[in-house]
Amino acid sequence: MMIYPAIHYTMGGLWVDYELQTTIPGLFAAGEANFSDHGANRLGASALMQGLVDGYFVLPYTMQNYLADQIYVGKISADTREFDEAEKAVRSRINRLLGSQTSRLRFVADGTSANQSVDHFHKQLGKIMWEYCGMARNTESLTKAKQLVTELEDEFWENVYIPGTANEMNPELEKACRLEDYFELARLIIDDAMHREESCGGHFRTEHQTEDSETLRDDEHFMYVAAWEYHGHGQPETMEKEPLVYEHIQIANRNYK
Amino acid sequence: MNFTLHIWRQENARAKGHFETYPIDGISPDCSFLEMLDILNEHLINDRIAHPVCFDNDCREGICGMCGLYINGRPHGNDDGVTTCQLHMRKFRDGDEIWIEPWRAKPFPVIRDLIVDRSAFDKIIQAGGYISTTTGGVPDANMIPIPKHAADMAMDAASCIGCGACVAACKNASAMLFVGAKVSHLALLPQGRVEAADRVRKMVCKMDELGFGNCTNTYACEAECPKLIKRQNISRLNRQWIGALFGRDRRE
Repeated sequence: MMIYPAIHYTMGGLWVDYELQTTIPGLFAAGEANFSDHGANRLGASALMQGLVDGYFVLPYTMQNYLADQIYVGKISADTREFDEAEKAVRSRINRLLGSQTSRLRFVADGTSANQSVDHFHKQLGKIMWEYCGMARNTESLTKAKQLVTELEDEFWENVYIPGTANEMNPELEKACRLEDYFELARLIIDDAMHREESCGGHFRTEHQTEDSETLRDDEHFMYVAAWEYHGHGQPETMEKEPLVYEHIQIANRNYK
Repeated sequence: MNFTLHIWRQENARAKGHFETYPIDGISPDCSFLEMLDILNEHLINDRIAHPVCFDNDCREGICGMCGLYINGRPHGNDDGVTTCQLHMRKFRDGDEIWIEPWRAKPFPVIRDLIVDRSAFDKIIQAGGYISTTTGGVPDANMIPIPKHAADMAMDAASCIGCGACVAACKNASAMLFVGAKVSHLALLPQGRVEAADRVRKMVCKMDELGFGNCTNTYACEAECPKLIKRQNISRLNRQWIGALFGRDRRE
């Protein structure tokens, strides 16, 4: 039987404080969605445990600190500039996804439809990440991945076909909205992998390995969690370093041999 | 493998639904039922035949309880102890006609096609399916002795994923297997026992209020449950309910 390692998980997640609150006050991220408990590697079922720990033992004791102040907050009106802006942004995004109906019809009439379903693009994106930003990655493959993701995203906006309208239950539209986020996330994963010039945990840069093909960490330069701050769609993220400080354990290399 | 699919199409809760027939071919026997529907949808989209068939799904490994289809007259199809996502096409014969319907029960209104609104289950849980007492830190192992059979029964009851197959299978659209499992899982263990009487009262009242029927001991629910939840949980629910009515176990 041939056995080979495969990616089944992406380390990291939303930044949260000790109370599991994100940078948006009142928005908590629990379980796999946050970055807090697992580091550069993760063993099977620990995401499930993290969900249970966060849900049973952390949030019931931390969320109330936030809720305690909320008792005096009245009903929030939707007649605000922020609400209007957010609504407008969402609507324009959806319209853009559903847009170019006419060009789509022309394609079909020609019998040379270039339009593809959301799943088609999703699978392509997965394939790119699998091939070039997978278990083993290097500068070359990551550069290629970045380029391919950007090209695919352009093609997605050009050629995606979403049946139905915005004013009905439309799983294809929902998938398209998610996929749009995945493009962004994929680019961030590539950038982060490119930035971390060492091999550690699930991140294996082929440039950084020992003679026995074991991971080669660079604790001098990379003993930190890279927290990337979002600056809006299409804007490059900036990195904040959260140093890793171990008080009770000795840092060592793991060797499966 | 080739199949003829008869799928329930319904635009929304108010629209009139109907069956639509779609032939599908070249399906691998190792394909799961939901993957087969994915392939159908890809085909419906790419060839601009119809709006893709809407169906619920999430984990696709039988633990989330999202997927649930009535397949050839059986919830989760013709296989025992599995959810729709873990039903494989090798369980069918080449050339089969397959009838696919949503759960049919008044408390589960159709949202679109094969998707139903199962928030009624959430409302039952919200009515009392939790422990509100603070149980403090984690106690040392074996500090609170729990009989093995109680732990096993609680574990078995806890494996209910809330998919709603029991309601769909029941001629009365009764949710008693679901509520029985939730009540049992909590009441069998010391932390949950404190509020057991109150809990069963609240959950049963909510269940009745939402329009679920009563149990008439047919046990179709047990036969169709993908997690093989036992009907003894319904008996326990009834015992707890009667006990709660007469104030037994009520510690406030």
